[in-house]
This record gives sequence, structure tokens and C-alpha cells, in this order.
Amino acid sequence: MSIQAEQSTAAADVAWEGFVPGPWCDGVDVRDFIQRNYTPYTGDATFLAGPTPRTSALWARLSEMFPAEREKGVHDVSADVPAGITAHAPGYIDRAAEIIVGLQTDAPLKRAIMPNGGWRMVEGALNTYGYPVDQDLKKVFTEYRKTHNQAVFDIYPPNVRAARSSHVVTGLPDAYGRGRIIGDYRRVALYGVDALVEAKKLDKLTLEAEPFTEDVARAREEHAEQIRALGELKEMAASYGVDISRPARTAVEAVQWLYFGFLAAVKEQNGAAMSLGRTSTFLDVYLERDLAAGRITEAEAQEVMDDFVIKLRIVRFLRTPEYDALFSGDPTWVTETIGGMGADGRTLVTKNSFRMLQTLYNLGPAPEPNMTVFWTAALPQGFKDFCAQVSIDTSAVQYESDDEIRAAWGDDAAIACCVSPMAIGKQMQFFGARVNLAKALLYAINGGRDEVTGKQVSPAFAPVAAGEPLDYDDVRARFDRTMDWLAATYVEALNCIHWSHDKYAYERLEMALHDRDVLRTMACGIAGLSVAADSLSAIRYATVTPVLDERGVVVDYDTVGDYPAFGNDDDRVDAIAVELVETFMAKVRSHRTYRDAVPTQSVLTITSNVVYGKATGNTPDGRRAGEPFSPGANPMNGRDTHGMLASALSVAKLPYAEAQDGISLTNTIVPTGLGRTRAEQVANLAGLLDASFGAGGYHMNVNVLVRETLTDAMEHPEKYPQLTIRVSGYAVNFVRLTREQQLDVLARTFHGAV
Amino acid sequence: MPADPVLLDAPSRRRAGAGLRGLATSDVERSQRLRLMRSGALGSVHSWELVTAVDGPGTRLTVFLNGCPLRCQYCHNPDTWSMRDGGPVLASDLLGRVERYRGVFSATGGGLTLSGGEVLMQPAFAARILRGAKELGVHTCLDTSGYLGANATDEMLDDTDLVLLDIKAGDEDTYRRVTGRSLAPTLAFGRRLAERGVAVWVRFVLVPGLTDDPANVAAVADHAAAIEAVRPGTVQRVEVLPFHQMARDKWAELRRAYPLADTEPPTPEATETVREVFRSRGLTTY
Repeated sequence: MSIQAEQSTAAADVAWEGFVPGPWCDGVDVRDFIQRNYTPYTGDATFLAGPTPRTSALWARLSEMFPAEREKGVHDVSADVPAGITAHAPGYIDRAAEIIVGLQTDAPLKRAIMPNGGWRMVEGALNTYGYPVDQDLKKVFTEYRKTHNQAVFDIYPPNVRAARSSHVVTGLPDAYGRGRIIGDYRRVALYGVDALVEAKKLDKLTLEAEPFTEDVARAREEHAEQIRALGELKEMAASYGVDISRPARTAVEAVQWLYFGFLAAVKEQNGAAMSLGRTSTFLDVYLERDLAAGRITEAEAQEVMDDFVIKLRIVRFLRTPEYDALFSGDPTWVTETIGGMGADGRTLVTKNSFRMLQTLYNLGPAPEPNMTVFWTAALPQGFKDFCAQVSIDTSAVQYESDDEIRAAWGDDAAIACCVSPMAIGKQMQFFGARVNLAKALLYAINGGRDEVTGKQVSPAFAPVAAGEPLDYDDVRARFDRTMDWLAATYVEALNCIHWSHDKYAYERLEMALHDRDVLRTMACGIAGLSVAADSLSAIRYATVTPVLDERGVVVDYDTVGDYPAFGNDDDRVDAIAVELVETFMAKVRSHRTYRDAVPTQSVLTITSNVVYGKATGNTPDGRRAGEPFSPGANPMNGRDTHGMLASALSVAKLPYAEAQDGISLTNTIVPTGLGRTRAEQVANLAGLLDASFGAGGYHMNVNVLVRETLTDAMEHPEKYPQLTIRVSGYAVNFVRLTREQQLDVLARTFHGAV
Repeated sequence: MPADPVLLDAPSRRRAGAGLRGLATSDVERSQRLRLMRSGALGSVHSWELVTAVDGPGTRLTVFLNGCPLRCQYCHNPDTWSMRDGGPVLASDLLGRVERYRGVFSATGGGLTLSGGEVLMQPAFAARILRGAKELGVHTCLDTSGYLGANATDEMLDDTDLVLLDIKAGDEDTYRRVTGRSLAPTLAFGRRLAERGVAVWVRFVLVPGLTDDPANVAAVADHAAAIEAVRPGTVQRVEVLPFHQMARDKWAELRRAYPLADTEPPTPEATETVREVFRSRGLTTY
């Protein structure tokens, strides 16, 4: 039965008037709709409009609330209402002035509690910010209603607990929402909720025809939950006086419908990353139709996008200080994917791709939404130049390889969080944080004992001989054994986590905006790659003699001589890094995963490079105990001495096929290092991106700023409320980072001469 | 010919320094090294870097050669003065790296820049590298003081797309005070470049108390204008580079007395005033 037939024909006729029909009319297929109806744009940025007085006033009103929020950590908390799609009454910033409506709770910046992930996290956060803990709720979520967190700890085996408490595995989503699932929020606009419910009911019928297995039962129950969530979505929209049962008829409606879909997700889930998807080109179809019909002007088109982005900027979650240490600066990763090329060779850049970036001028720079451009040499020059210009002016854009992602996941993929690509509505991931590869190398040297505590963590074997220089082959063989254990322990932990999360904190609404059968990936990750590679390089090319303490634990290294360091386009050490990525991936792949998820891995740290470094002793590369790792796949700070591009080329050697969850690289450039004139700077930055992605690079975070700005911002945060910088895969307000994180950012290489 | 003789010397280091990562260094014996250097098959190289917008257009592989006849007071690479201190690198290995970055050069509109030290201390090596780069279709750039311009053959200049010509002072006295050598060869080289149709970016380092005398600045600007006058279009741009103190640690590490240890960088206003002097002669100046 077709969707069109399912819904009131009259409603669809009006909503889809002027659109080129196709398979998208007969079943949920947003990509097909886009392909048949979008208008590629190959011009420049001159058509763009500035902010209207209404936009500026609304943003100013919110901006006044930010200093107090920054000061206290939160603006306000809805402490006694467990979150849900319909849990809170409608909320507004300024009802009369808003074009797009809807807030997570009944007031802007007021954070909800989301206890399904775990009560401990909720209670910790309420205590931190001085809010009372509702004892009835506590009873519900500790006695009557089991949480994800409780379930995980019921089933963790001892090896996982040991690895977790020694910090060789860290940041696991076992006490908070896993996130990194992108609902296809565009479906709400294109089809309306009623048609989506009907489609889900059909899917459920097919499941009911299959005989019972645990998998089938789970799928049926999930579909029932999805249908329920869609009903609540409609109800929530109705509370704002909007009927989204039918498809959107205008551009403003399309933005509103889509936003309601996203809003329902962030009302219910405190996922580590709550990404938006790839919406601007989809919305462009509606905007073009209204522009052509004279229903809106360019200024109005920009205004509705500005209003939408204002809403995306004030998504908030209640989190604990421990969480903030891992993911610094209160990020939500409302990642929006922009640009790229279609499979047919037409660019997916539209005027609305420009409008989305233009919000960084109209509202000023901000970390959210996490603006992510899919870059390839084939992009139209006008768009490339505009991106480079926006990067130079705001440091708020990240770039990912359109060619790699399109080849792997098609041309309707988007980034969740920082660097994780997935086909929208067809694929989801089980987020797996990361393991500390550098620390694992120390375990290999110490026969499985922790270099800090001296405890036996991984299986015991004889440690290296005292007093003798380390032998590369010997250490590499030991490391292999340790990685065997690490991969097994890690996948075990992730299986426990995702089994529990599906059971106790299932993402009903986000999954309702997916197909029935989705591809699941088990997204593992590694941290400390450059430290591990440099350490092995030191062992191979210099002379490294271990230093033991009275416990017989190797706690330091006497490194004599020079060694090639990762980040200089030197194949001798870059090959070691490549080999580590390949080896660990192969070991992960050898394990069975929950729901037969396809194992992938990322080389990404978010801001946990600081925490990981803190938990890791001295390393053979000369790094001192406690010193932060470099972020993501970055070379260690100061060791990449051959320029930014040489550094990027080393990272580009890491094979995407062995790290399909993404490889993160962050670079900071001093503006004058890009050229004498603005035109030269724009051309040079675009050229650098072409060169880096052309060489197989996967990702680049680009900051264009001078060190003095950051040091001044540390002294006078009030002067820099909107200073945005990119860290590992996301952007933050610099002034919201902890002092430790700020110092880490300052310690990184600033490429004066790029 | 230069006023003072300059000798070829072989690098004595066997191990690559940090700046040579990824480049193979040759292990041949010293006697053989000198022979290979005379033929241009081997060079004394300090380091390489991929840089953007500072050593010519686009992103460039800048190779710093060792050895320099000048002893500029403000030198920011005093570790490149002696040819002995460089790493021995075969021309074929260096060209391998040039080839590796062809994609980078075409994506960014960049190319190869030979810098130093003074490139023309090793003319045979430089010529071989420039020829090889041209054969690979790579844009080439020579960063030089011009003092050893006579060492550059016409063939070598035919393989050079752009010269970054450093005019360190405007009159003989100041030039000798700044560098210890004579200005005339630089000016002669500048004229020769214009006559041969080689594009030039003139560079001038502005050092308070050393090169900022208005008469000196005016003289440098006149020299730049004179080169441009030989063949209009030759001097594509002038870069006035404000002195910086980033080399202070290097001088200390090398245990050399740094005459400018207490010199402050010029103010942005002072730098801009000097740029105006060049602009007033019709030169595009940054």
C-alpha cells in the first residue's frame, strides 16, 4: 500500500504540489525526493541576506541569559519532571516573535532530567547544581523502574570492570545516553506523522507474521514503542497549536515539522551526541518552491533558517562534572552535514547550504549546530570559497571527506557527533567511546600490570628484562597479546552496554524515523595512537631502556637518540601508526557483536585526550606521566615540525577502510599564515583542504586564530562570549572549557607558517 | 663575482636532524661527498617544510640548504650558516619528495622553494633540483640574497619561475653593517633577473635601529623600483617583513652572541609607513 494512498489524498496534493513525483511518493524515500527535486547551486555568496531586526532582538534576548548560565553551569533545571516527548508544557523564548516554536522544557535553557539512562547521573547533576532530589522519583527509578546504568552493571564481567577502573577503557556510555543516532527528521516534514505511523504499522504487521524468536519479539516491541512515540510527537506539536499529522505545505512548515521531530528526540534522549542529519538541501526544495511562487523573499528564507538555528543552539542536557571532563564545554553535537556531491555527479550544494553557514554571521559564531561540510575537490568554487571564508572568520566549521563517505555509505549520509558517518534513516551506530592504546602498550611492557597502581589488569606474562634496551620485535609481539585481551574486553563491554540500552533506554522516536531494517555498526575507538606510534618508533629507531621502580614496575624510559615522529610525512613511523590501526581493527572484528553489528572504529578523543593523558604513565616517546595526549589522530603537540600539511598527510595515511567511524584531525592556523590578502587567505585555505582531502585525508577541524586571542579570553572571558574554537570533532565556546582544557588547547601547535 | 671568495664544504653530519624526517640521508664518505657535491648530486640540507603563503604562491615544499656567505645580524636561521652542519641529501631523494607533493602543488597553486642559508652556495645541487622540478612540471622558486647571483647560470634561471630577492639594505655601508658583505652583487642580480624575464618578489626585513632609517628604506625602495623599471611586471610584489624575536633561542643554543637580543619588533604603524614608501613607487606591497 502506498503512502500516498494511505493519507488523505487532498492533503498530499497540496503539500506536494509542483514536486516531481517518483518512488518517494509510494514509500518512505527522502533521498529520492531530494534527487528529483533539488536545485544545485554553483554560484557565490552574494545573494545572502543579513539578519532581520526580529532575529537580532531574539538572539540578543537569549544571549543575555548565557553569562549567568556559564557562571552557574546551568540556567535552570526541571528537577521533578522526568523527561519525555509530552512531559513539559509548551515553552517559548518570546512567543510573538518566534517563527519556529518548541523548547525542550517549558522555558528556554531549562534542562530536563532523563533518568532512563541512569539515576546516578541525574542525582549527581542535581546535587552539583543545588537542586532538590525528588524522593518519589528516586524511588521510582531505583526500586520500580530499572535503568540502563543498573542493567549494565548487572552484567559486566570482572575483566571489563578492571579495565574500566584502570582507565584503559574510558568514557563508555554505561551511565548516560549513548546518542549518535540520527533520526531522519526530514520524514516528518515530507510525509506528516500519520503516514509515518501507517508505514510503521505495516512494518509491524510483517513482523507479526514471523514466528516468535527473541529477535522478532524485540523488533515487534520496538515497533510498538516507535508508533507510540510518533503519537506523542503529534501530541507535543498539537500542544504548540500545530497539526503535523499531514505533510508540510510551505517552507516554514517544513522547517517547523522537521524541528518538531528533532525536538521530540532531544526531549526524550540525553544522548552524548544528538545530531540533526543533512537537512539544509532537503529544506532548500521547499524554500525554492516558495521563492519561485513569490510566497517568501530571500530575507524571509534566511530569517526562518536563522530562527531554526537559534533553536538548535539552545539544546541543553543536564550533565555531571565527570561527564564534562570527558566532553568539555557542554557540547550537544547537533551536527548538520552540508554540501558534498551526489552519486550522479551533481553537487548537493544548494542556496540553503549557504544560508546554513550564513547563520554564523547573522547570529555570530557558535559551536552548535556543529557545522560539518562534506568536502571534495569537485565542489563548486563559490561554495569552497565561502566555506574557507567562514572558517577564517568564525573557526566554526569542520570538514569531512565527501569522497570517502559517499563511497562507503552513499550520498545521503550524515555525520553523527564529530566524524561518524551513517546513511540517514537506514543506519545507526552503537557508540563505543574508546580504549587507551598508549596505556595498553605500557601494559604490554609491564606484563599486564598497571604502571600507575601496579595492579595486574590484563593477563599476566613476564615483563621486559630490566636494564636492557627494549627490542622492537619483542615489544611489538607483547603489544599484540595485550591488544588481543583489550579488544575482547572492549567488545564484551560494548555488547553489555548496548543490550542494556536497547532494553531500558531505547530511542523510540529516533528509531521511528528509521527504516524497519537498519544497518548497525559497533563503533569502537582508539585514543593515544600518536603516543603509541611514536613510542614504538622510539623503541625501533632510538635506544629506549626501561626504568623500574621498587615494585618492579617499569615507570619510566631512558630514551637516547632521535626517532622519526608521527606527523612529518615520514613513512617509517607513519607505517607503524597505520599498522596499529589495522591490527586493532582486525582484533575487534574477530569478536561477535550484539545484534550482529558491523564493527568499526574511530581515531577520535573528543576532549578526553586530557583525561586519557592524566591516567597514563611515562611513555617511551618521552611524554611525561599525566601529560595530555594529542587530540584524535593528531600528531603529538610540537613533534610535527614540517608544517601543517605534512602533519595532515601523515594522518591521511590512516586507512579509512580500517577506521570507518572516522579519523579526527584538528589544526590551528594563524590567519596571516594563510596569505597577505583576504582573497589569498581564502584561496590558500581552500587549496589546503583540496590537498589534504585529495591525499586521502578524512577530516579536518580548522581553527583560524592567534594565540593572543585565547590567552586574553582566559583572562577576560566576558569579552569573548561567542569565541568559538574547534577541538576534536566539535566546536566549543572557548570560555566554557575548563582551565585545564584551555591550557591544552594553547599547548597545541599553532601553524604560523602553515 | 662576489667581493669575497666563498668555498664549498661538505656536511659532516651523518644523521638526519629533526628537520629532515622522511628524507634519506646519504652515508658516503667525506672525500666522496665533496666530489658528489661539486657535481650537484649531493647537497647539504638543513630541513624541509610544507608551508603556505610565505615562500611564494600556494603551498610549497620549502627546502632550507646549509651554508651562507652573509652573517646578517637579524638572521632567523643561524643554524644554516655552515655547510658542514647540514645533512647530506642526494638530489634524487629530494626530487622524490618533490614528486610526492605534485598533487599538493596542483591543488594549492604551489610548488618548490629553495631557501637557506644561501641556495647559491650550492649552485650545482640547486640547478639539478630546479631542473628536476621543472621536468616534473612543478613551479619553482628561489629564495636568495642575490649576493652569489653570479653563481646562477642562465640555464638555472630558465628553470626558475620566481625569485624571492632579499634586499637587506639600500646602501653599501648599511648592507655591510647588516650582513658583513657588499650590496652590489644583489643589485646586479636583480637587473639580470629582470632582463631575463624572471619574476621577482622583493623582500625587505624591517629592523628598528638597523634598517629602518628613512634614507635606507627609500634607497631599498628605489632599488626595487629600478629592477621593475628594467622590465615592467618583473617585481610582482614587495614584502616588508617586520623583524621578530623568534630566533633568539636559536642564537642562544648555538652559543653565538646575538646583536639584536634586545631589539623590539617594529610597531604595525611603523611597518605600514615603510610599506607606503614602496607603494609610492608604484609597487604592490604587503
